[in-house]
Amino acid sequence: MTTAARTTEVAPAVAGATSAHSERLAIASQGLTKRFGRQVAVNGIDLAVPRGSVYGFLGPNGSGKTTTIRLLLSLIRPTSGTHALLGRSMPQAASAVLPRVGALVEGPAFHPYLSGRDNLCRLDAADRTADPATARRRVEAALDRVGLLAAARKRYRAYSLGMRQRLALAATQLMPRELLVLDEPTNGLDPQGTREVRSLITNLAEDGTTVLLSTHLLSEVEQVCTHVGVMHVGHLVAQAPLAELRARTVARAVVTTRCPDEAAEVLRQQHLTEIATGKDQAAGVIGQVAPEQIVEALVHAGVPVRAFTTATPDLEDMFVSLTGRGFDVSG
Amino acid sequence: MSAAEKAALRESGTPGETSAAASASGPRSQRLPNPRFLRSELWLIFGRRRNWAGLAVLASVPLIIAIAVKINNPGSAGGEFNVFSSITDNGLFVALAALTVEIQLFLPIAVASISSDAIAGEANLGTLRYLLAVPVLRSRMLAVKFTAIVIFTFVAILLVAGVGMLIGLALFGGGSMVSLSGTSLSFGTGVWRILLICGYLAIELSALSAIGLFVSSLTEQPIGAAIAVIIIMIMSFILDQIPPLDWLHPYLFTHHWYGFTEFLRDPVSFGGPVRDGVLNAAAYIAVCYSAAWARFSGRDVTN
Ligand SMILES: Nc1ncnc2c1ncn2[C@@H]1O[C@H](COP(=O)(O)OP(=O)(O)O)[C@@H](O)[C@H]1O
Ligand SMILES: [Mg+2]
Repeated sequence: MTTAARTTEVAPAVAGATSAHSERLAIASQGLTKRFGRQVAVNGIDLAVPRGSVYGFLGPNGSGKTTTIRLLLSLIRPTSGTHALLGRSMPQAASAVLPRVGALVEGPAFHPYLSGRDNLCRLDAADRTADPATARRRVEAALDRVGLLAAARKRYRAYSLGMRQRLALAATQLMPRELLVLDEPTNGLDPQGTREVRSLITNLAEDGTTVLLSTHLLSEVEQVCTHVGVMHVGHLVAQAPLAELRARTVARAVVTTRCPDEAAEVLRQQHLTEIATGKDQAAGVIGQVAPEQIVEALVHAGVPVRAFTTATPDLEDMFVSLTGRGFDVSG
Repeated sequence: MSAAEKAALRESGTPGETSAAASASGPRSQRLPNPRFLRSELWLIFGRRRNWAGLAVLASVPLIIAIAVKINNPGSAGGEFNVFSSITDNGLFVALAALTVEIQLFLPIAVASISSDAIAGEANLGTLRYLLAVPVLRSRMLAVKFTAIVIFTFVAILLVAGVGMLIGLALFGGGSMVSLSGTSLSFGTGVWRILLICGYLAIELSALSAIGLFVSSLTEQPIGAAIAVIIIMIMSFILDQIPPLDWLHPYLFTHHWYGFTEFLRDPVSFGGPVRDGVLNAAAYIAVCYSAAWARFSGRDVTN
């Protein structure tokens, strides 16, 4: 099977989910697979999204993120595999579970000749769990939350891409949700809009909403996510709390000084490894050593430190190390 | 679709779970039939400018007929029954003339374009995935879509008849009506007969709606679906014109459309052509609706 492709799973939570365990997962899938003709778009993935997490679903274009999200929402049937949302098996529990899930799938889609507000009203009207008496208020609140009140009466066709994206986000806010599935929600937003969406996600997460945030932007994951799953040509090649992934990346300390050899000696004493010296620099892999301790030791040894930096390889380096490939489009 | 789902569909119209999930309905809160989604669907159809234009065209035909007859009275064409020549005797015939003319093309085209838009239009816009994620059960979506199309069909036909009767009465007055059997029908009976004709034609066109719904469930291209439905209809017209195929004619859904003239006899015979027409339409609706469900319930929504 595909286990070889999933060797780097590290979350203690992932493999062999017990039922007690899956209670704590907002999304749990086992061997979820979708084949389109000969192409395997999603290949046996075991997602484990803990409740309350902001899960960065990271992968380049074409890696299978949107297809996975369609599978999760039961918009398409899996070729094989099963999954549960909020502890309930899908698709059997769809009508009970999906009202508690807000979703943005592959960009916004609305009726062009209806206003933004009317589009939201239509979605709300389709929801049997929504109370008609509060519809108006909830629609206004959702529009307000994404800053669209001023443009609520405009026809959707007159919306810019950023406004459309906001409207799609507003649609996820019509009802209180336990899980948000957001497929590249900052696509097409200006920097201001991007910041707003990220702070919206952070706010919602603080209220306890679980968020699955699909993105091809590493920076987005670094800024808002607590967990990360990395997709690569249909495989989930890594899945872990972000902190844990970071801990696995090797940070280097770099000392800029007139006396690189003395500095290198101190680094060696502090158990740094792979120590190297340059014309006015000494560097080493930090490992478990606290940077504060290194600085103190340097000062103690009388090394004239001009600058001290710790350079953690970013997620992109991590991604390359996980997949052995650059972060580019996969077929 | 499982047998259980089919049964549930027949019984309540808004049952079941999505796709493969027939058996596990789970503890469901006591849900009253909620008209909001249907209302929203009707608003989508009747709030759209394109459809307003279509309805205006439909309504213009009785006006054109009435004014043309008023300006240039064709006179009674000796002997044979002719709705046009009867108009000057009774304004109600404007409605009949308009329905007779429009059932040939305008009304079917209107119904074809609305019904073929039902699923394909939402799929094309991408709104289908958001509706299904709300979630709207696919069975409910199909039921609401079909109901809305049938309502549109009735409205379109009643619009033509209503405009025809009003302009006819205004220009030519009412009075009694001569039936195809040669007897005289009172004004009230005349109006009633026209309403019966509207109901009959709406049932006949609902068969076309069901075909449209099915075709719509096959594709993501509403225009293509509309063209396909119109081609199917014209094919049915053509087959109906080929004498060696007369064994086939009773099974063609267009074959019975002109059965509405039965309502102009005195007394009306609800057996024979009228019954055949209604049964034919009911069969087409049952088959095409089931086919649409079979297709739509399992379809991957990938755009
Ligand atoms: N309906 C479809 N038919 C055929 N191939 C598809 C379909 N949808 C997606 N794919 C393929 O599946 C792969 C994953 O696509 P997608 O899930 O959209 O990736 P992402 O969202 O990560 O960019 C791509 O190679 C894409 O071409
Ligand atoms: Mg995508």
